[in-house]
Amino acid sequence: MLPFPNKMQDFINVTIKLAEGFGTTLALFFLTLVFALPLALLFAVLSRSRFKPVSLIMRAFIYIIRGTPLLLQLMIIVYLPGIVFGAPITKWTVFHGNVPLSYFCGALFAFVINYACYFAEIFRGGIENIPKGQYEACAVLGMTKSETFFRVILLQVIRNILAPMGNEIVTLVKDTALARTVAVTEMFFAASELLRVNFIIWPLFYTGVFYLLFSALVTAFFNVCEKKLGRYYK
Amino acid sequence: MALLSAKGIKKDFGDTKVLKGIDLSLDKGEVLSIIGSSGSGKTTLLRCLNFLETADEGIISINDDVIFDGSDPVFRTEKSILKGRLHFGMVFQQYNLFPQYSVKRNLTLAAELNHLRNNKNADKKKLREELDDKASSLLSRIGLADKQDNFPCELSGGQQQRVAIARALMLTPDILCFDEPTSALDPELTKEVLKVIKDLKDEDTTMIVVTHEMNFARNVSDNVIFMYNGKIEEQGSPEAIFDDPKSPVLKSFIADDK
Repeated sequence: MLPFPNKMQDFINVTIKLAEGFGTTLALFFLTLVFALPLALLFAVLSRSRFKPVSLIMRAFIYIIRGTPLLLQLMIIVYLPGIVFGAPITKWTVFHGNVPLSYFCGALFAFVINYACYFAEIFRGGIENIPKGQYEACAVLGMTKSETFFRVILLQVIRNILAPMGNEIVTLVKDTALARTVAVTEMFFAASELLRVNFIIWPLFYTGVFYLLFSALVTAFFNVCEKKLGRYYK
Repeated sequence: MALLSAKGIKKDFGDTKVLKGIDLSLDKGEVLSIIGSSGSGKTTLLRCLNFLETADEGIISINDDVIFDGSDPVFRTEKSILKGRLHFGMVFQQYNLFPQYSVKRNLTLAAELNHLRNNKNADKKKLREELDDKASSLLSRIGLADKQDNFPCELSGGQQQRVAIARALMLTPDILCFDEPTSALDPELTKEVLKVIKDLKDEDTTMIVVTHEMNFARNVSDNVIFMYNGKIEEQGSPEAIFDDPKSPVLKSFIADDK
């Protein structure tokens, strides 16, 4: 019997298994973006607040989150409620059909907080980099504050933050692999299971192809955006 | 009756007294230059007039109609400031055009927003057409008719500054203010911007120009104010200021320039 069809079958089976895990990876990726982006805008506004206690607390929070590993934050959010308050995350389980999602939700929460802090700093930089003259030009032309922000400033902020945002979002693609440490069955978890149960190691390396392809898509998206907005600038 | 009159304008930044009581008046069609060394308060004076800064004390009126009175908080509300500002057009040293809009849109944006704010039911399409026509005719006046669809980054500094002048004129202000309009330009580009300002003078535009260009101040102004240390040290006709200065600081300022 030729070995080839079997190997081919193995490859197809592994690909399906990894693709299933990749579905969870994608869910984690997109849900993190959906929640973290608006939250980051709020964080950015709060950290620029003229009311000192608010901006100080916000900046301290951002400093702590950015100054500790995401891995540690995952552990704390998933395990600390059980250890400290006797209310393990599995107790308040959210179900999707028959699948318990408590670990996924815990991990998502950690990702959202972590990325919101990074995004917030990028937003803040983007807003603070707008020259004062742009606001003054709007003012002398009689524009109101909201007209100034939405008609003149916002697009310039978006243009300013595109490159750092692209960078950070590509990092998020790869960071999702950390979720396996708190029992989220994303792609890397699936590959580790194949090693543990079936003693095959190559699927672990094969995951790299998925990450690379997806990063390429994200990068291409940002390149298109930069090209679109770049024509206004030298 | 003076078009603009300002009395007792004072402004502090923290402990620094930047303006120590300025009086000035300006007739319709008059061109007033403000000269003086850096830190003398000339830019701050201009910014107090068009409300980019709010003066601490003093009264500003247009055609005897008070638009600012430092002793009355009513004049510090956003509404009052927005209204008062529209008497003044402003041209900045760094042009401050909106980079994401075409030259024409730079001109029409604020005009359109201002109109729609006051007339909620305006016919948008018709308004756009009117403003586009007005923008085109202003751009041909400054010799940039062929650039209306370009973006600011595609223009030279001098061209950008001319667009900024047209943008200010778009709102038909009573008084056009310039804050060192040629300081960021090389001599060749300076010439083309000064020519536009000269043409505006020939059309009886009322202007206040803060400038370092002494030749320009001498040739274009009807009156010159020399500021020193937050006060008007000397004022008069260009001939009086440049050929027959009285105050010793003005004498040395003019000597330094030569």
